[in-house]
Amino acid sequence: MGSLASAGGHVDDLIVTAQQAGPIPLNASFRCAPGELLALVGPSGSGKTTLLRTIAGLYQPQQGRVSCAGREWFLAQSGQRHSLPPQARQIGMVFQDYALFPHLTALQNVQLAIGHLPRAQRREQAVQWLTKVRLEGLEARYPSELSGGQRQRVALARALAREPQALLLDEPFSAVDQVTRRRLQRELALLRQQISIPIILVTHDLEEATALADQICVLHNGVSLQQGTPEALFRQPASPLVARLLDRHNVFTGQVVETVHGRRLQWGEWLLEVSEGIAQCEVGESLAWYLPSSDIVLHRRGRPSQGERENPVAATVSEMVVLGGMTSISLRVSHGDMLRFDIATHAAKRNQLSLGERVHVSLLAEGIHLMPAQRTHTASHNKRNLL
Amino acid sequence: MDWSAFSVSLRLAAFTCLFLLPLGIWWGRVLATAQFRGKGLCEALIALPLVLPPTVLGFYLLQQFGRDAPLGGAWAALTGGGLNFTFSGILLASLIANLPFAIQPIQRAFEHVPANLREAAWCSGLSPWQTLWRIELPLVWPGILSAAALTFAHTLGEFGVILLVGGAIDGETRTLSIAIYDRVQAFDEQGAASMSALLLAISLATLGLVYGLAGKRRWSRG
Repeated sequence: MGSLASAGGHVDDLIVTAQQAGPIPLNASFRCAPGELLALVGPSGSGKTTLLRTIAGLYQPQQGRVSCAGREWFLAQSGQRHSLPPQARQIGMVFQDYALFPHLTALQNVQLAIGHLPRAQRREQAVQWLTKVRLEGLEARYPSELSGGQRQRVALARALAREPQALLLDEPFSAVDQVTRRRLQRELALLRQQISIPIILVTHDLEEATALADQICVLHNGVSLQQGTPEALFRQPASPLVARLLDRHNVFTGQVVETVHGRRLQWGEWLLEVSEGIAQCEVGESLAWYLPSSDIVLHRRGRPSQGERENPVAATVSEMVVLGGMTSISLRVSHGDMLRFDIATHAAKRNQLSLGERVHVSLLAEGIHLMPAQRTHTASHNKRNLL
Repeated sequence: MDWSAFSVSLRLAAFTCLFLLPLGIWWGRVLATAQFRGKGLCEALIALPLVLPPTVLGFYLLQQFGRDAPLGGAWAALTGGGLNFTFSGILLASLIANLPFAIQPIQRAFEHVPANLREAAWCSGLSPWQTLWRIELPLVWPGILSAAALTFAHTLGEFGVILLVGGAIDGETRTLSIAIYDRVQAFDEQGAASMSALLLAISLATLGLVYGLAGKRRWSRG
């Protein structure tokens, strides 16, 4: 897994690796460039928070390395061991419940983190930070006199006031209502434009990660399974496990076969054309494959649509769930697998889709993503652990 | 009114608080935040004076304070004086008898400080000492105050241990509560009544002060 952190990148990046067998098993590695936001996602117990604490110096894994802006914050490798205390790491951390000091006002909370400036400047600086997070006028309030969203802003101001070299956010939006969450997420996105340090966001909310992150690192049982842009991850998950953790459907198994038209992926009775990756697969190999639901195209009744000749598949509508403007459709193909995709509810009505009906869809060759077993080894290994 | 007994009582209570509170803060914090082998035993020993009859504690201390016993011998070698029937002796006894009153409220207070406040302070650049002074102590302040009040009031009222270890030497070991007992024994109900009223007033004032101050913090409301 060391490959994730060592591939490409710059010495100024925040680079994290951590390995240990227990008590919290870890085998993770990721990196985040200045100005970039990396989301650590995964189910609870996947080690997200432990890794964040490792960066902050609040936790020390048996083996690993944390370096940021060219400085080694933590190193425990091949007999070497050194670790800077949290005070010396210059991190800004927003805790899940914000951890504001209850006996200090909003201003004092922020002021406390400005120990690196001369005393005379601290107050003015703290006021400026509170203004930046739009809390002007609330400086004298105690945390108990602030709303959840305001507390989160104080916590963010306190974290940034230290002028950190990395910003660490531990589920910062989980304790507020949805409306506030949206607003705070928007403000974070705006604030990001003003700071050029690596930002690590721990979240279990995929939507949040997709909306805010430049990069996502998927974790499971302490293992970092894949890091990439949200787009790359959602289109090309490294393994069926990653796809499942990212809440993706349409993961199937198929077999590579040779036909007169070239190499094809056999899926039940269908021989599917695949744009990429199939040439490297061996004939006869059985493998997992995935198709983003956006690459399933429903054929209109009586009217040919674009890409209709591409991997046409006949199936039966087995489930229709209307969720507001979108309808989630499940189709059963002849060998029992289920294809799932969403279409606009009005489009479903126009096509007069109904349960039990026979429909045709195209599975776009470009979207088919093959996941050969050797690449998914780590993932399946973990699946076994889970069982 | 036995003013000399009153003075002994006040001195005893003041010194007991003075010596025990730093220890209470130290041990209260250790017990609240650290995990170590024998922690349960440690806590049980500290709580022991709560349930042990004062005469039993007094009896064992009396034995230990003798010049032939290790503790009394060591004290004699160090200071040249004895422990039994001296102010130093009742002070030492009072320190031991008041351990639970000084440590437990502070320990509870430290237990109520969320661990992530300490971590947030470190992440904000505060050293462990600064964290103690600027974050933890202000938060556990009510616990320290109630430990002080309990220790003070309890020392004023301590009877069995003091009587066994110190006897009732005027100006040295006769405290107000022992003086009250003496007055009752001598059928001087008037004297006993005035001293009892004084102790009652001091105890009430101490507790009133503590609870009054504890309720005054604006930040804890909400």
